[in-house]
Amino acid sequence: MLINISRVIKYGFLNFVRNGWLSFAAITVMLLTLLVFGGLVLFNVITKATINSLQNKIDISIYFKNNVSEDAILSLKSSLEKLEEIKSVEYISQEKALEEFKAKHKDEPVISQALQEFSDNPLLASLNIKAKDPHQYAMIADYLNNASISNLVEKISYTQNQIVIDRLTAIVDAVERVGVGLNIFLALVAALVIFTTIRLAIYSNSEQIAIMRLVGGSNWFIRGPYIIEGILYGLIGGILSFLIWIPLVKFSYPYVLSFISEINLWEYFQTHFILFLGYQLMLGIFLGIVSSIIAIRRYLKT
Amino acid sequence: MIIFKNVTKTYNGTTALDKVSFKIQPGEFVSIVGRSGAGKSTVVKLLIAEEKPTKGQIFFNDYEVNKLKSFHLPEFRRHIGVIFQDFRLLAQKTAFENIAFALEVEGRPQKEINELVPQVLEMVGLKDKAFNFPAELSGGEKQRVAIARAMVNQPEVIVADEPTGNLDPFNTWEVIKLLTKINEFGSTVILATHNKEIVNTLGRRTITLEEGRLIRDEENGKFIIG
Repeated sequence: MLINISRVIKYGFLNFVRNGWLSFAAITVMLLTLLVFGGLVLFNVITKATINSLQNKIDISIYFKNNVSEDAILSLKSSLEKLEEIKSVEYISQEKALEEFKAKHKDEPVISQALQEFSDNPLLASLNIKAKDPHQYAMIADYLNNASISNLVEKISYTQNQIVIDRLTAIVDAVERVGVGLNIFLALVAALVIFTTIRLAIYSNSEQIAIMRLVGGSNWFIRGPYIIEGILYGLIGGILSFLIWIPLVKFSYPYVLSFISEINLWEYFQTHFILFLGYQLMLGIFLGIVSSIIAIRRYLKT
Repeated sequence: MIIFKNVTKTYNGTTALDKVSFKIQPGEFVSIVGRSGAGKSTVVKLLIAEEKPTKGQIFFNDYEVNKLKSFHLPEFRRHIGVIFQDFRLLAQKTAFENIAFALEVEGRPQKEINELVPQVLEMVGLKDKAFNFPAELSGGEKQRVAIARAMVNQPEVIVADEPTGNLDPFNTWEVIKLLTKINEFGSTVILATHNKEIVNTLGRRTITLEEGRLIRDEENGKFIIG
């Protein structure tokens, strides 16, 4: 048993070296396949970050009338926090609202002056609500409108921003849907290309396989070296693909950063490189093994 | 002991073998002769279970060959060494590795392989070519590698299907000499050929096929085709 395994491994390596050109071609295709897969992984990271950032920009604010006490607002806050759909509720007091307003407009003297005209703080206290899922804003807004709080509330921002929120939600949905479709399509194309390549490589060996059968080679003894070759294609293709992705990410991350500030691709790559490399290797080896096993199957019947 | 019992083989309506029956005892040297298309190669293919008969039974020792499942073929084929007209060597393996392969499939230890392979290489006169690939060998040399591969695990039977078809007269006789030598060591040899000179010189048992039918089976037979 052990001697058979060691022979299978030995012949896998020998065939790999002796079929230099075929191995080169298979590794090239494997490399291209894994580059596409690596691209998909990074594309998904960017998409997710984009969606998150879009979702974070969506919220509902409840502005309270001047005479509403802080206690009433805080008790509403804690009751809202209990709702399953709601991710977070932030209380912005009148003072905080003023501070933020001043900070925002500190370079605009006209506004600062206008503000000094008021003896009181003209800004309203508010609760800033974020939902777990952007589809739920309409529901939350409904809830707020119907709740017995209308006497406390000056206005609810959702009604004003409804069109923008709906549009953002639609964009998020579209990006997610296209992303999933694109992933499946590209993954399928890449897997088919590598499968066809390995199939052709094994087809060119079909006569050799028949001879091995006639000399009394068992199926596993014949199949084994081809599986080892498949593993080598995946292993080398995976390492090369990883090595190519390093400079690619380093070169492109500033552009991604300028497009969407939440995602530093280079930092992501550095913190996740073991995962990324492991993913590339595992996928490459998996494709190599499965393609080899399927491709050789039909030649092992006679 | 090999038994063909009323064996018929048809390919798409064409009859390649028609109710052929014969027995071959251990240690015999049997020539199967006939024109091209008479059914010689079909007999060989059926015997090594490369094809299944349309009707009839084939026995090899305890095996009923016509009933063997794909899974059992490798083990069965290790009892029979096969030599083909077109050599059928593994192009990516050296002469040494080609011969060693027949032992490796049986799981023989490396030490034994390292002893046995040089011995048979010497026997077929190819000691210097052990590490050449088939593409670097002449036709005669390739056939000798194939013979070495067929005999290295000392199978009970050696089947040679037109082994001299692609060889010049000198190499032809070298191959025949090797086959008789193997037979002297105790293996049954079945030689399918259309070479009249070989059959007449050998003077061994001869089975003659014509259009798929067995028309003659004689001890000390001659190559006679009407």
